[in-house]
Amino acid sequence: MSESEKGSVEDHHHDHQDVPSDLTLRVKALESLLVEKGLVDRAALDALVDTMEHKVGPRNGARVVARAWVDPAYKKRLLENAPAAIAELGYSSGQGDHMLVVENGPKVHNLIVCTLCSCYPWPVLGLPPVWYKSAPYRSRAVIDPRGILREFGTQLADDVEVRVWDSTAELRYIVLPERPAGTETMTEEQLAALITRDAMVGVAKVTLAPSGGNA
Amino acid sequence: MNGVHDMGGQQGMGPVQYEKNEPVFHAPWEARIYALTRAMRAWRKWNLDTHRHALELLPPVDYLRMSYYERWVSMLAVQVVQYGVVTKEEMESGKAAPGSTKATPAFGLATSFSWLSRGIASSQDPKVRPLFKVGQRVRARNINPTGHTRLPRYARGRTGLVARDHGVYVFPDTNAHFQGEKRQHVYSVRFAARELWGESASPRDSVHIDMWDDYLERA
Repeated sequence: MSESEKGSVEDHHHDHQDVPSDLTLRVKALESLLVEKGLVDRAALDALVDTMEHKVGPRNGARVVARAWVDPAYKKRLLENAPAAIAELGYSSGQGDHMLVVENGPKVHNLIVCTLCSCYPWPVLGLPPVWYKSAPYRSRAVIDPRGILREFGTQLADDVEVRVWDSTAELRYIVLPERPAGTETMTEEQLAALITRDAMVGVAKVTLAPSGGNA
Repeated sequence: MNGVHDMGGQQGMGPVQYEKNEPVFHAPWEARIYALTRAMRAWRKWNLDTHRHALELLPPVDYLRMSYYERWVSMLAVQVVQYGVVTKEEMESGKAAPGSTKATPAFGLATSFSWLSRGIASSQDPKVRPLFKVGQRVRARNINPTGHTRLPRYARGRTGLVARDHGVYVFPDTNAHFQGEKRQHVYSVRFAARELWGESASPRDSVHIDMWDDYLERA
């Protein structure tokens, strides 16, 4: 959430369940008018919300990455034609939506941002977190990517090249993180459990003990 | 337009506020405005570029103060009236005008599973010739359109290398204003961090920006 919203939620935490906010009322009024006019279908709206909350999200992306780690032929297809390779796992990107996978390595680290709005690879990561859409991240990811990475606890050596991808067009980017050492005996499923949203945006690396809460 | 939404390179916005275990939506109204906005676009009275531009047109102070979905609430309320889907009187009363005909939703359950489509077509149309080649040095044009554009200010006048040709896409600067799709090639252009930000940037780092033909000139 934005800084201002965060402040207000904390300030009014004691009563925000009881008193419908102005926004709650405004959106309710707008929805009931659009339903009454036959412009929207409530069941379709519900299905859309359900999809965003339960069917798409970073677990999809984690499965793509884990497959790429264990299957070199799949990884090759993923880097060459991401939409087709992602569709192989059943995640359709939809017509007109193009994705590119950018690969991290020992000397290359990729970071994804949308400085102009909030473009994000929905089919594989779901809706973006608030920080991704916020002014601090959008403003600084391009001018100070290493500073942003430090804030996320990601330290990079000076000899690592940082490539920032500003999603100004209809291409959507996802980072293929490095597979951490010590995971050689893990199954694809175990690997997928390590892979976080943050690693696929490029603000973090994949580690053996991912910090909770960012998947 | 040179609006506050064009944030790349701005300073003083503070540290990133990270929320652990962040929910997809923070309140039911966020989920509803998200779904309403997407469902209403199915009427094709406006497009994704128009949608983006409407957000950019919010007064700068509001844009910065509002949460992400609060912007969407403001925008959708304006757009449904602006594009004639709802009358001003209906918005004020919250009721459909007496005797008005009831529409059939453009976005129904059957279509809700193709929702991931962003509605902006792209193609490899061979009839649209690329103006630039991979490996070519290019300069982002120094233009300051007052309408919608996806050419960020921090890149204007800067020189980079065409790293990849993404194919043919609708041009947002005209599409947002219903002035045609003006399909053209989009490229990933690599700009050295030092070219963008000067000597304090790492000599190794770079920013890749997706650029339409009309944003570029030979360098």
